[in-house]
Amino acid sequence: MSTVLTLLAVYFLYLVVPPLVKWAFIDADWTGTSRQDCTGGGACWVFITVRFNQFIYGFYPAGQQWRVNLAVILLAVMLVTLYFKRVSLKFQVVTVIALTYSLIVYILLVGGVLGLVPVDTSLWGGLMLTLIIAGTGIAVSLPIGILLALGRRSEMPVVRALCVAFIEIWRGVPLITVLFMGSVMLPLFLPEGMNFNKLLRALIGIVLFQSAYMAEVVRGGLQGIPRGQYEAADALGLGYWKSMRLIVLPQALKLVIPGIVNTFIALLKDTSLVLIIGLLDLLAIVQAAFTDPDWLGYAVEGYVFAGFVFWLFCFSISQYSRYLERRLSVGR
Amino acid sequence: MEDRIGKKVVIDMRGINKWFGSLHVLNDINLLVRAGERIVICGPSGSGKSTLIRCINRLEEHQQGRIIVDGTELSDDLKNIEQVRREVGMVFQQFNLFPHLTVLENCVLAPLWVRKLSRKDAEETAMQYLERVHISEQAKKYPAQLSGGQQQRVAIARSLCMHPKIMLFDEPTSALDPEMIKEVLDVMIELAEDGMTMLCVTHEMGFARKVADRIMFMDGGRIIEESNPRDFFENPRSERTKMFLSRILSSEKLC
Repeated sequence: MSTVLTLLAVYFLYLVVPPLVKWAFIDADWTGTSRQDCTGGGACWVFITVRFNQFIYGFYPAGQQWRVNLAVILLAVMLVTLYFKRVSLKFQVVTVIALTYSLIVYILLVGGVLGLVPVDTSLWGGLMLTLIIAGTGIAVSLPIGILLALGRRSEMPVVRALCVAFIEIWRGVPLITVLFMGSVMLPLFLPEGMNFNKLLRALIGIVLFQSAYMAEVVRGGLQGIPRGQYEAADALGLGYWKSMRLIVLPQALKLVIPGIVNTFIALLKDTSLVLIIGLLDLLAIVQAAFTDPDWLGYAVEGYVFAGFVFWLFCFSISQYSRYLERRLSVGR
Repeated sequence: MEDRIGKKVVIDMRGINKWFGSLHVLNDINLLVRAGERIVICGPSGSGKSTLIRCINRLEEHQQGRIIVDGTELSDDLKNIEQVRREVGMVFQQFNLFPHLTVLENCVLAPLWVRKLSRKDAEETAMQYLERVHISEQAKKYPAQLSGGQQQRVAIARSLCMHPKIMLFDEPTSALDPEMIKEVLDVMIELAEDGMTMLCVTHEMGFARKVADRIMFMDGGRIIEESNPRDFFENPRSERTKMFLSRILSSEKLC
């Protein structure tokens, strides 16, 4: 039986892989400036290379793109330092670093101060926008999710009821609905003349939505901590917040790293939903590019490229989480 | 507060009643403990002995009566509860060490965050107590790398680092393999000899005979019998005590 299955699998691979390789590499065209350069009959990667800048930066002004690059370089330097210095991932350290970095990136990208030309968020797009939405969503929904999870297990009935209501409401609505509500309905309720940034509205919607999911993941971890741990912390006189921060959460979060990462990956991919409210994330900008009359008919290349980029990021995140699990598994 | 003998009273429990649902787990408990006293509480399982000592640091809430520990009355007031917990150490049956922290970090945690000691002072104190329980060479290890007996000794050191006035032991040797029981009891005996006020829930009758000033026998949520070790073992008054003793002592002889 297993021999048959193996043979079938091999045959299937034989059917699929060679033509794919032929299309994507052997017959593909890589260099050029227009569709006339695509003569090989395979994939026309010229489409991607010509539009590459737009796919990455959206409509961020060409002369200002160094600001985006600088933000990425800062992140890379930070991660590499953290990796090699083996700084203990303490609560305060992580919080301070994250807050400082967010502030720097905000100033860099939005501009308007320190002699930086203001760049309107409607010009943001492409991979850059995808990463900003995902990054903000991840960074803000985790702490909110932790608080919600703690609230849901609180002994105070009002706090508990509020947290349960929040979580169940947001988990019960599709993200698309949330985004529509934010972009179409919300302005109707706001007083005349008061209107705020479309990106900010999308961000708030995504953060609230993801916090609810994160809360449930974290709650799973909290339930995995034996009662004895709470009792030992109590008996030492640690008090609620200290025992949560020093004893319960470090263990609970470690327990649910796979769940948290899973939520992050889902969030990263869900960001492409913002295209329905007119934000040009990576997928949206690729779609816009292949409806350009100059490049009609290259949708497949566009989707393959967008899919590959998403995969690259999601795969990296999952690899990082495996590393983190190994690193934190000391003493077990 | 002092009693007639002139020794300071550190635990004063009066008219304590507690129910788990319809189960009456503590039935009119009165208990006075003086500074330096060593009390052993024994009794069949389900007799309320663990619940009794867990009321002293409010891991369990009593429903009727008053508990005053070192001058502080236990009530819903969180401040009072934390005040009492600072002065009362507890050792659990399952050790309950923090698995994500090293032995040393387990010991410095509360002094750092509750007593607000400097890290240097906290570590010094911790090493001192780890030495006292004969385990200082394991300070950098994680709890899971230690045997049960070693873990329980670390748990004792962790409690002592807070310089508690009272130590509660909740069946500290019940989860241990027989060959490790002695190392933990030895540490407890040393502690008793140094004058620590101790309340121990235990079935180790040898330990009780050796260190206890008073032995209490509980059954059905009541303190049935309370006397010094000699009377307790040689002239138990109640039938239930006699039965309990005959069972537990015969099984000890078998070992």
